[in-house]
Amino acid sequence: MTATTLTAPAAAAPPAERTLPLKTRLQRAERRKKLLHLALIAPLAVFLLLTFLWPIGALLKRSVDNPEVVGGLPATAAALAHWNGQGLPPASALAIFVKEMEGARGSTELASAAKRLNTEMTGYRSLIMKTARSLPLPDGSNLQEGLAAIDPRWSETRTWQVMARAGQPYTSYYLLAALDHAVDADGAIVAATEDQAIYLDVLGRTFWMSLVVTLCCLVLGFPLAYLLTSLPTRSSNLLMILVLLPFWTSILVRVASWIVLLQSGGLVNQALQALGLIDEPLQLVFNRLGVYIAMTHILLPFMILPLYSVMKGISPIYLRAAQSLGCPPFQSFWKVYFPQTLPGVFAGSLLVFILSMGYYITPALLGGPQEQMASYFIAFYTNETINWGMAAALSTVLLGATLLLYVVYSRYAGQGRNATKAR
Amino acid sequence: MAAQSGSTGQEAHVTFTRVQKTYDGETLIVRDLNLEIRRGEFLTLLGPSGSGKTTCLMMLAGFETPTSGEIRVGGTVINKVPPHRRNIGMVFQNYALFPHMTVAENLRFPLSVRKLPAADIDAKVKRALVMVRLEAFGNRYPQQLSGGQQQRIALARALVFEPELVLMDEPLGALDKQLREHMQIEIKHLHDSLGITFVFVTHDQGEALTMSDRIAVFDRGEIQQIDSAECLYEEPANAFVAGFIGESNTLQGTLLERNGDACAIRLPSGAVVQARAADVGAVGSSAVVSVRPERIVLNGASAGCENRFSAKVKELIYQGDHVRVQLDLGNQSSLMVKAPISQLSHELRPEQPIEVGIPAAHLRALAPTPSA
Repeated sequence: MTATTLTAPAAAAPPAERTLPLKTRLQRAERRKKLLHLALIAPLAVFLLLTFLWPIGALLKRSVDNPEVVGGLPATAAALAHWNGQGLPPASALAIFVKEMEGARGSTELASAAKRLNTEMTGYRSLIMKTARSLPLPDGSNLQEGLAAIDPRWSETRTWQVMARAGQPYTSYYLLAALDHAVDADGAIVAATEDQAIYLDVLGRTFWMSLVVTLCCLVLGFPLAYLLTSLPTRSSNLLMILVLLPFWTSILVRVASWIVLLQSGGLVNQALQALGLIDEPLQLVFNRLGVYIAMTHILLPFMILPLYSVMKGISPIYLRAAQSLGCPPFQSFWKVYFPQTLPGVFAGSLLVFILSMGYYITPALLGGPQEQMASYFIAFYTNETINWGMAAALSTVLLGATLLLYVVYSRYAGQGRNATKAR
Repeated sequence: MAAQSGSTGQEAHVTFTRVQKTYDGETLIVRDLNLEIRRGEFLTLLGPSGSGKTTCLMMLAGFETPTSGEIRVGGTVINKVPPHRRNIGMVFQNYALFPHMTVAENLRFPLSVRKLPAADIDAKVKRALVMVRLEAFGNRYPQQLSGGQQQRIALARALVFEPELVLMDEPLGALDKQLREHMQIEIKHLHDSLGITFVFVTHDQGEALTMSDRIAVFDRGEIQQIDSAECLYEEPANAFVAGFIGESNTLQGTLLERNGDACAIRLPSGAVVQARAADVGAVGSSAVVSVRPERIVLNGASAGCENRFSAKVKELIYQGDHVRVQLDLGNQSSLMVKAPISQLSHELRPEQPIEVGIPAAHLRALAPTPSA
């Protein structure tokens, strides 16, 4: 259609254009500009796609990915997919299994499949290894009996059910585990046993610690942001530099200096003892207090900057107006000034909270085992046990929680904006 | 129309006694303020920016404390009373309506702070909205209103808690000319009907002349003259007031002799003019004479005037209701004359010689302003 318009004789074009709706004509006129804008942001878009969106998508996919059994025993997994889960798998499937096990003996793929199966049912790894070693079965023997002879577990329905489930290309295993749940033998979702249920605790702790840090930042940052807006430019610029100073120091250096300051023989304890305020050194670091102190310090600028930018736009005349109307100074502040700073309070709190949720290095260095947050476990699974599925699942849960929070925030902020009605 | 003493009591409502204010300990923003504001009057503080008029208002509102001196309201010294206990209504330059509250909530604010019963509050808010003719706008937010409507709400908010004294700090500055003139009349009528004391700060002399019972002209931290609009215009006390209020022609000269109210001034050209002595020093000191452009008479009409000059027409500017005529008196001095269209003969042309007359009654001899 566009082609016809373009190739149409020039003389015919004007009347045709005039009959077009105004909107279409506007779109045409704006098209060139839009294309130019798109071309300008294209490099960034490609960059983000390749280095951010794609890797994150790939990682998130790992939380439902289930490649081990499919990779180690592909034909068996395919054969078991058609099994109805009652009794034992048909002889044809058993034949495929035995043949594949023989071929895969000693391969790393089989080892990882065995490891994966072990996470579903304890003892599965040794079962697989033992079976692989004992194969092939004597010629002409019954497959079912032969397998049972190697290990009686091969004649249990459950053994095969577990393999069938683990042989599916996608699994909810990791995500459920990250929420302290599992699928039992019957395929129902149940709460994990007490010794395995640690992740909800970790998530709860992550939320709670982030909340405490956010509140600390708000309580400390609000008066400072207010001071920044009310001081003369010279002194407020100087103060602003001090606020931003932490940004220019490496986070590791800052954490290390906190250890130096807060340890039992550190500066703070020495000073308090010298002043006679305490007799014994306080435990200020390698516990939750230390983590709170350091995280609040590191995240404070993220609270102050949004607060400051909002407060800068609020005229001090409002406070005067409130007082002239008979409202005492503190009440004026609370009823007239504070409500106007709420967008900044929410923006700063959201920023600090989301950053806290993903904090890793500070709790890892300044906290004990009870202070480790979700990121620690993600790092643990990626670096130490190479359990990508679990690491990805925990990341997904964390990302989901953060997104949920953001949606709630933007809905509230949207309402707030409607209430104070933009100009 | 002299000071409308009919509606204005002579009783002092607010008194400033020897009030001084400095911010840096070096320069006095307010030098030595002695001012009596009468109960029920509309007083305007008029002056160029930096003349101390806003500082004076802020001291009265309680947002600035006098460095020395005393401010009394109704006989009580209020220097140390915080702003929220002064019960003074105030309208700010940019209205300062609270953006997170609706119009009705804005109006409720001063009443709920005073813990009035809810029914009273509702009634008063409604009455205030009716007063400014914005009954239908109670549920809007201030940003949804036009400038003039916001101005009226600010006014209603300053009045809703029934203060005895209302202060306004250049409240009409942000409005366009037509709306500003409309609001001037509206505020004046509101004042007439409420009978409470209004103190209004502006740098716009037209605004001051339109609205005020009395005008206090400020310059460099001091009141130069406080009088009714008519007296300020016709009988300026000094050269600053003469120059600041309305237009005037000034000529430099020396005081030749003085005889009571009348005096004679010698101009640099050697001519001697008869004038009224308003604010002159000793004989022989320098003086300026000042005359309003509309008091100068041209051609035949000038025959009866005490002071007559021959001049040349320099320029004619047509203004619709009058013509502004620039006259060259020679000696690098010039006069500007406002001639009503009806009295002007058509044959006036640039470069044409013309007879000019200035009646002695309207030529005021004043001491020159210190800096001039």
